[in-house]
Amino acid sequence: MNSKQKEVLLGPILNNNPIALQILGICSALAVTTKMETALVMSIAVTLVTACSNAAVASIRLQIPSSIRIIVQMTIIASLVILVDQFLKAFAFGISKQLSVFVGLIITNCIVMGRAEGFAMKNEPGISFLDGIGNGLGYSAVLMLVAFFRELFGSGSLFGVQLLKLSRDGGWYDANGLMLLPPSAFFIIGFTIWILRTLKTDQMEEA
Amino acid sequence: MSRDSIGFTFLVSAALCVGCSILVSGAAVGLRDRQDLNKENERKKNILSVAGLIQPGEGAQNVMQIYEDRVKGIIVDLNTGKVVTDDQELFPNPAEYDQKAAIDNPKMSMEIKPIDDLAGIKRRENYSWVYLINDENGKLTQYVLPIRGKGLWSTMWGFIALETNLNTVAGLTFYEQGETPGLGGEVDNPKWKAQWKGKEVYNKEFEPEIEVIKGSVNPESANAIHEVDGLSGATITSRGVTHLLDFWLGNLGFRPYLEQVREQGEK
Repeated sequence: MNSKQKEVLLGPILNNNPIALQILGICSALAVTTKMETALVMSIAVTLVTACSNAAVASIRLQIPSSIRIIVQMTIIASLVILVDQFLKAFAFGISKQLSVFVGLIITNCIVMGRAEGFAMKNEPGISFLDGIGNGLGYSAVLMLVAFFRELFGSGSLFGVQLLKLSRDGGWYDANGLMLLPPSAFFIIGFTIWILRTLKTDQMEEA
Repeated sequence: MSRDSIGFTFLVSAALCVGCSILVSGAAVGLRDRQDLNKENERKKNILSVAGLIQPGEGAQNVMQIYEDRVKGIIVDLNTGKVVTDDQELFPNPAEYDQKAAIDNPKMSMEIKPIDDLAGIKRRENYSWVYLINDENGKLTQYVLPIRGKGLWSTMWGFIALETNLNTVAGLTFYEQGETPGLGGEVDNPKWKAQWKGKEVYNKEFEPEIEVIKGSVNPESANAIHEVDGLSGATITSRGVTHLLDFWLGNLGFRPYLEQVREQGEK
């Protein structure tokens, strides 16, 4: 693997994170992060869709007329998302019920569209696929981090395994209700961005 | 033909549409059987779990088998209280009666006047499934009734299981709800649901009397048998549960049917 491929694949995790630096895809990061299990499935779904739509758009990028290129990208992304949704309903019914509309809403996730328009339209299919995986991983990293804190402090569990015994079940831990509500994800993402930009000062925006 | 000419633009969009639709419809058709099976399984699982016949996490194969052995679905006319499963004219194929679809079908449902609409459901289907639960020897032990009603944010869909005296609760569950996680969403908490067992939903005059109260039930109070602890921080969800039970156990709900069973017994 040469350095460009490595950069494309791993760069979005810390250096150019779609959520932390580009502030894209926040909506679903709030919605599906109350449990790590749902966050993981969502991460896999978004990563797959981004990678496949990138590859598909890149392979026909020389044929796409520029006047309808956004619609063409949208159509490809929407088809892939429906595919993912159908597969989840068939093979992971319980999780697809919890994710409900948010699988469908991957269509409007700015990361997918942003990578198709910003990267895949100008690059070969292979490297575009890697770019999709990389950005998916960047998104997943933040999602898992947020879900880790929200599930641990909101429900006292990780991946559904009870770690802190809740007071309502006779234990010692008083669950933090705020963690189960969307605003808590804002706080966690905010702190993440703060820490990331303190460590990597080049990510700071000029005031 | 140049890439940006009108002709080529049409060609590309047509090809793309055909390609994508083949992909999408292929997946939808190919996976439909599996998806329908999942939905069916989920419904059976909910019925069995409210009747206390399975624990969460039961395998699909087991669920099918237990359901087959222990549960019998019948269709009840909610207006007259009569069992109509065998009415060939109404239900040539009773197994296919889709109660959820009937709600929006004007021929199969009726509007509920706002004053009577305790559950906040606006329309009520004319026919409802009732599930009869048998023990291993085929003796009837429970009646499972589908219920639904508005909480704070969402319509809560659930089942209530009554024992054969048609008064004592054997179980209550909500399998679909969108209440606030951690507050109203606790209607789905097994601990909370467990305290329904043994409560009585009707008073001596056979009128619905069950209430989710604010705070905890005082076991010494004369009414304790008709009361359940409220969900803390979820007044409106708690009230919603009380109201939807009042509705579904009342005259517009299952009361006509239950009254007939009381008088004649279930065959």
